[in-house]
Amino acid sequence: MKTIKHILILFLTLGLITSCSDDDTPTSVNEEEVITTLTLTLTPSGGGTAVEFKSQDLDGDGPNAPVVTVSGALMANTQYSGVAKFENELEDPAEDITLEVIEEDVEHQVFYGLTGTSGSTITYNDQDADGNPLGVSIVLDAGTVSVGNTLTVVLKHEPTKPNDGTIANADGETDVEATFTFDIN
Amino acid sequence: MRLRAFYMFLTLFNLTLAQECGYTFLGEVKDFHDNTPIVGATIFMQNLNKYTTTDVDGKFKIENLCKGELTLVISHIGCETKTIVFDITGDLFKSIALEHHIEELDEVSLKAKEKKTTATAQETVIKEDILRQYSSFSLGDALKEVPGVSSINTGNAIVKPMINGLHSSRLLILNNNVRLQDQEWGIEHAPNIDINSANNISVIKGSGALAFGGDAVGGVIVLNPTRVFRIDTLYGKTIVSGQTNGRGYSISSSLHKGFSSGWYANVQGTLKQNGDFRAPDYYLTNTGLKSNSFSVSGGRKNFESGFEVFYSYVDNEIGILRSSHIGNVNDLVNAINSQQPAVIEDFSYDINAPRQDVTHHLVKASYYKRFKNFGKLSLQYDYQNNHRLEFDIRVGDDRNKAALDLNLQTHTLMADLNLDASADRKINIGVLGRYQDNFANPDTGVRRLIPDYEKFDFGTYVTMEWNLNDNTTLDAGLRYDYNKIDAKKFYRTSRWEERGYDVDFSDIIIEDLGTQLLTNPIFTYHNISASAGINYQINDKSSIIGNYALSSRPPNPSELFSDGLHHSAARIELGDLRLDQEISNRIAATYSYSQSNFNVLVDVFYNHINDFMYLRPTGIEQTIRGAFPVWEYQQTNAALYGIDISSNFRFTDHLEWQHTSSYTKGNDISEGIDLIDIPAFNTNNTITFKKTEWKNFKASLKSEWVFEQTEYPDFNFETFIASSQENVLVDISTPPDAFHLLHFYSEVTLPLNNNNNLNIALSVNNIFDTSYRAYLNRLRYFADDLGRNIMLQIQLNY
Repeated sequence: MKTIKHILILFLTLGLITSCSDDDTPTSVNEEEVITTLTLTLTPSGGGTAVEFKSQDLDGDGPNAPVVTVSGALMANTQYSGVAKFENELEDPAEDITLEVIEEDVEHQVFYGLTGTSGSTITYNDQDADGNPLGVSIVLDAGTVSVGNTLTVVLKHEPTKPNDGTIANADGETDVEATFTFDIN
Repeated sequence: MRLRAFYMFLTLFNLTLAQECGYTFLGEVKDFHDNTPIVGATIFMQNLNKYTTTDVDGKFKIENLCKGELTLVISHIGCETKTIVFDITGDLFKSIALEHHIEELDEVSLKAKEKKTTATAQETVIKEDILRQYSSFSLGDALKEVPGVSSINTGNAIVKPMINGLHSSRLLILNNNVRLQDQEWGIEHAPNIDINSANNISVIKGSGALAFGGDAVGGVIVLNPTRVFRIDTLYGKTIVSGQTNGRGYSISSSLHKGFSSGWYANVQGTLKQNGDFRAPDYYLTNTGLKSNSFSVSGGRKNFESGFEVFYSYVDNEIGILRSSHIGNVNDLVNAINSQQPAVIEDFSYDINAPRQDVTHHLVKASYYKRFKNFGKLSLQYDYQNNHRLEFDIRVGDDRNKAALDLNLQTHTLMADLNLDASADRKINIGVLGRYQDNFANPDTGVRRLIPDYEKFDFGTYVTMEWNLNDNTTLDAGLRYDYNKIDAKKFYRTSRWEERGYDVDFSDIIIEDLGTQLLTNPIFTYHNISASAGINYQINDKSSIIGNYALSSRPPNPSELFSDGLHHSAARIELGDLRLDQEISNRIAATYSYSQSNFNVLVDVFYNHINDFMYLRPTGIEQTIRGAFPVWEYQQTNAALYGIDISSNFRFTDHLEWQHTSSYTKGNDISEGIDLIDIPAFNTNNTITFKKTEWKNFKASLKSEWVFEQTEYPDFNFETFIASSQENVLVDISTPPDAFHLLHFYSEVTLPLNNNNNLNIALSVNNIFDTSYRAYLNRLRYFADDLGRNIMLQIQLNY
């Protein structure tokens, strides 16, 4: 009987010692590499007002859909130089994730897809370390006057490089995908 | 002079005899458990070299004893032999208790007899000789030996057992009598067990084994370590194996030391590694595995009391198919359509992201004591520490940082009283208290998948087993469990409102951080579970088992709190704070027939589950990554039923045919649809050739035929592909085609000397290198399953 008593006491003490827990309030997680915002700024090569294509999703994979805005129409038969910017606006000040994309350029590519009747074209204006396109900087040649054209911008992580420039053949993981509807005046 | 001395000596001696002898020893031999007299026990007076036996009252008498020591060796058929030394100084009466319960015997000869944990449940024991074939595989692979047991896989290294269509939180796994607490709610969380640490494994279908828990809606898996024999012994074994697929190797060794005094010590360790596995047409890049584990135990085991201290450590680093990490639904569509993985590289042992690194520590201390004419009291304390790290494909500074970092600690204190004073009626009463603390490390830079929480459990049960007569055993049990979960969880304000929690749970907010809310959900659950069963031996050859079990399972942390994007499934998974327990009513019957060269076992079951919790697609949400289907944990009424058959036919002494088949059906009754992830009909046939004279040669050819699952819910959906501006169907539901595989296994056992032997086994899995995909492999969208694997395994017993 004595042994039992001893062992019971031992168990209870063990249990008590180990069950003492901290009742700390957990700290909130600062989401680090989330991309909340894509901004494609198109500046006419001959000067003039820049047009901004923007997709912003401040709740990440939360229920709210991203807010997609196009600041205005493009001018027909005009060349634009475009710069894509990826940001995490959950941090203050906003973290520019484009820097990481450029730093790890071999593992990234921004893809562009156009639809519509305008005959507009997009060409890559930058290269990664291996000489393949990266797509942070582009040239957009706006075509003829038209409405309801779409531009799809996709940032892929670890796509197959080189590729034929179409999204479907690039594999990899989609980090950002946004479709903009725009007019050409 | 010499003669005189001799006479004197004789006289003295005679005097002593006259004065010091003539005492009587009156003894009585009784059963330790119920105090009934033991008739016909043999009493051997060692120092007198004389025998006597007990009479009908269990009594015996030894007369004309001299002063001094008397050594009695008391033995009886089926009893533990007892040696007692008495000091005779006068007439003496002693009552001697003998232990006659056969299952507690340490006789090696009893090893052959299957030792089951339950009396009336559908229980199958996988023995050592079968287990060793799985030495370099996982627990889930070995359990598939039992018809009705399948597995849900994430690739080939993460194998979760599934019993009659149910898995994860619905199964309890007991390792050396400790309920495994290793974040088992996760479908990609394989049990942290080294299969080499088990001597045999019991699979119990359904929740009949109430002493282990009341929430085993699917079943219980009991891993038993090597039994301790109370003899002076030192033995061990070493298994070394190498396999071609994955270029893997495995070394496992164990050593056992025992003393006749009851003291013992065990040590066991396993080292395993493989690189990228190969499907017939390509390497499965990043499917390497590194695993090391060891366990030590020691203690003292005597009939009346004993204790054990046990520690086990398991560390698994598992690579997950590189191509299964995708960004959005379009990537999933591409993966499904492309027929082969996007990333195929040359063979490598490297394990890169995505990968898991999980360590599990288990410490147990137990003690038992038997009381005469009463029963056995057992006490146990165990502590488990489960640390799970999951690494995703990340960029920049976070590249080598885990995306998930959970540490779950569990303390359990148990007491069990086994009242076995009556041979015909055994009663078990037990209580359990458990405290659990989960810590989700915020340094990951990723929102917590599972929040910090504390959980308190209390359980109490009573089970009874009656041997009604020689042919009939009845059992019944009742259990109550109380669970309280106290969590601290951050919700995105947008999600909080979308879920409607701002209306129902506004009182649990403790801090408003603007875009996030810190909440303190506290839930309590009261659970009743019960079971009843009968085991009836119809005649020498056939018997039936019938049982009913009621079980109640509270929602697990993932069902309550999940909230976010699941990468390999490309879906948003949402828990629900409003979930309540699911209640299962399961009835089952087993028919067994066996004669000298033929036996068959048929299990049937019907499991009706009210408020069954499962993930179902409910809509689509847009994010900056693209569109994602939303899957929510919902409750419905479900029914699962099925039949499992196993049979064995011996043509000659050398040739044998074994068969197992299993069919399971799952319905969502409320919605009128099939349940997802139910194993398809499968049938296995094995022809075995044995020839003992050829060094115990054995060779077998096994056919594994898995049908196409035609009963599945259609959760396909359409998604808009922005680049091509069109809608496409995402076919996530259609199960893959049926497949048929052939496997070969052969072995010889070479005796080295009296105690040592060498077992050499050569096996070939998937002989024809058949390409296939399995419905229950969650990576089936991305790649084919394993191709041919040739394995050589050498086991040395010493």
